[in-house]
Amino acid sequence: MEPEIRVVINTATDIVTARHRGRALASDLGFNGSELTIVATAISEVARNIVDHAIQGEIVLGRGQQSGKCGIVITARDRGPGICDVAQAMQYGYSTGKGLGVGLPGAKWLMDEFFIDTKIGEGTTVIMKKWLKRP
Amino acid sequence: MQVPILKQGGYLIASIQSVLTDADLLCLRDSLAERVGQFRSRGVIIDVTVLDVIDSFATRTLRAIAHMLKLLGAETVIVGIQPDVAFAMVQLGLTLQGVGTALDLEEGLSYLGDGGGQ
Repeated sequence: MEPEIRVVINTATDIVTARHRGRALASDLGFNGSELTIVATAISEVARNIVDHAIQGEIVLGRGQQSGKCGIVITARDRGPGICDVAQAMQYGYSTGKGLGVGLPGAKWLMDEFFIDTKIGEGTTVIMKKWLKRP
Repeated sequence: MQVPILKQGGYLIASIQSVLTDADLLCLRDSLAERVGQFRSRGVIIDVTVLDVIDSFATRTLRAIAHMLKLLGAETVIVGIQPDVAFAMVQLGLTLQGVGTALDLEEGLSYLGDGGGQ
C-alpha cells in the first residue's frame, strides 16, 4: 500500500497544492472524469475551511478499503478553535461571515462518506471518503 | 500568475491561463475594474476553460466581479466552464446567478453583441 500524502495547509496557495495532489492520487486509484473534479472540489472546500477558520492544519490523502470497496480517504485536520455548533456549521448557507456557507455541507454532498469531529479549543478533523464504482 | 486582459473593440477578454490561487482571482477582479474604467468597456468576457475546479470561493469571486463590473456599466459573461466542473458546481449547489454564461469565447462575444442577453 502506497504511503499517505500529507499537505500542510497554511495559506490559500496550499489549497491549490492539496487539490492537485488529491486529483493525482484519485486518478492513480482509478477514478476518472467528473469524479476527479468532484474529489478535487471537495478537497478545495475542506482545505479552505482550514485557511479561513484555523489558519493552520493539514490534509492527508490516502487509499481506503472497506467491506470490498476501494477508494480515496481524505482527512483534514487542524488545531484551530473548533466548531461550537456542528449542526449549524453543516447547514447549507450558514456562514460565520467569510464564505457562502457552502464549504462543509457541500463537501459532504460531493463525497460518499463524511465524518466531522471537533473539540472546542483543540481543533477539527474531517474525514471524507469516495468509493470507486464497480461496473 | 497574472491573467492577461485583452481589449477587443468595446469588450475586454480575460483569458485565464493556469490554475488560479485566491490571490490571483482577487487580482483579476481589481485589474478588470481598472481596465473597464480606462477603456470604457461595455462588456467583459472571462474565459475559465483551464480551471479544473470552481469551488465556492471562486464562484463567489466570479459573482462579485460580475456584479461589480455591472455597477461600472459593463456586462460580464463567463465562458468555457467544463462539463465536469459544471457537474461538481451543481452538486455543491453553486450557481452563477445574475451572471452571464456562454459555451466558449465565440458564443460569449455573440452574447455581448446581442446586448448581454437582455
